Amino acid sequence: MARADAGGRTRSLLVAVVVGHVLLISAQVATPAGPSALRTTVVALVTAFQEASWTVAGAVNGVWDGYAALRGVREANERLARENTELRVQLQQARANAAAADEMRALLDLRPHLPWKTTGADVVAGSLSPDFRSITIDKGLDDGVRPDMPVLNAAGVLGRVAQASARASTVQLIIDRSAAAAVRTSRTRTEGIALGNGERALRLEYLSDTADLAEGDTVVTAGIDGVYPPDLAVGRITKVERTGPAYRRVLIEPFADFSRLETVLVLLAPTAAAAGLVAAPAGQVAR
Amino acid sequence: MTALRMAALLLAAVMIQGVLPRTARGAPGDFVLVAVVAVGLLHGRVAGLLAGTVAGLLQDALGGGMLGLSGLGKCAAGYLTGVVGTQFIVTQWMSRGLLFLGASALNSACFMGLSVLLGLRRYDNPLLDAATQAVINAAAGVLLFAVIEFAPTAREQWMLLLERRRKRRYH
Repeated sequence: MARADAGGRTRSLLVAVVVGHVLLISAQVATPAGPSALRTTVVALVTAFQEASWTVAGAVNGVWDGYAALRGVREANERLARENTELRVQLQQARANAAAADEMRALLDLRPHLPWKTTGADVVAGSLSPDFRSITIDKGLDDGVRPDMPVLNAAGVLGRVAQASARASTVQLIIDRSAAAAVRTSRTRTEGIALGNGERALRLEYLSDTADLAEGDTVVTAGIDGVYPPDLAVGRITKVERTGPAYRRVLIEPFADFSRLETVLVLLAPTAAAAGLVAAPAGQVAR
Repeated sequence: MTALRMAALLLAAVMIQGVLPRTARGAPGDFVLVAVVAVGLLHGRVAGLLAGTVAGLLQDALGGGMLGLSGLGKCAAGYLTGVVGTQFIVTQWMSRGLLFLGASALNSACFMGLSVLLGLRRYDNPLLDAATQAVINAAAGVLLFAVIEFAPTAREQWMLLLERRRKRRYH
């Protein structure tokens, strides 16, 4: 009798938990942000543990990288020195181009490019599930970080802030299965949407039939999605194949290496406002 | 004590999963699910159910996904593992491996199914993704139980060794 009672109670608990989950999911379908208090509390509570374990893992990794895995360092040094020289030349060219562009903007009466206010952040944890591609960083609301702010590193766009607690934030990487960004190619300015697929490559979709795309084209942000400002480097097109009369499969390999992220940069400027200001002709704004 | 041990196991799994990108450059295994199944198998269906709920909500909250998506699959996996663990003898590595495979498949089916149904995620090859994850989880689960079972023996042998050294020093 007692065993039957216990079995009944357990089944009731199962039903209650399942119904609770379904209600929780249903509530968020209506309001996608979800119960933010629960999220921020969990992020705040767990981040301290994650930070500690990330530091320990980093120390172990550092020992390996610093002593055991030094083969090929001389070659790497030489390669980096060559790259450094090339990049210095490119930087000088870019500075000259920027100065010329600023002069043109002044002549055309366009608003100048605004310098972005940024904050650097350390990664303190990786994704907690293989179904998500996210990282946790050690900057949060107290540092001016807000949801939907773009996150990048030296290589290019990494993703956007998905949620922020007081001293930590979760960043949804652009390769996450539910991530998307409006992008365009640098060569032809063809616009499309880059969609994450949980792996290293991104898919480029919502393209026009006549879009001129080629392997090797550089892809940058288009600045029309309200999250990413324009012209941030995203990646390079690695595959363009026609899979049907009106359908092409286009893959982008991101410039950023998502497998080893240590430090990132969060763009703090209000993205929507800045996207509207950059390159908007003064006359059109006045109207 | 049991609750404390369960919490420690879950927290350890969360920590390991969180540092994987730093050490193993990302792996498709879900070690939090492995911990949930282990709790279900060791402590029964209620413990599995609660561990699955907590672990799933943690993953959802920290991963930035919709709250409850991971929790639903994990609580079902934890509960059913507990039921199987009490109804059948699951002591061989093969049967444990199969149990981990099944729990992982159930979790993936729930998560992927709901994600696709709600239009939250896209999967190019869901079966391959689920199968890869299930195999890695099963291997990790079998390894975890080997460690759990070996731990008392290792502790005994260590104590014996210490005792022998102490005696040798005394004589």
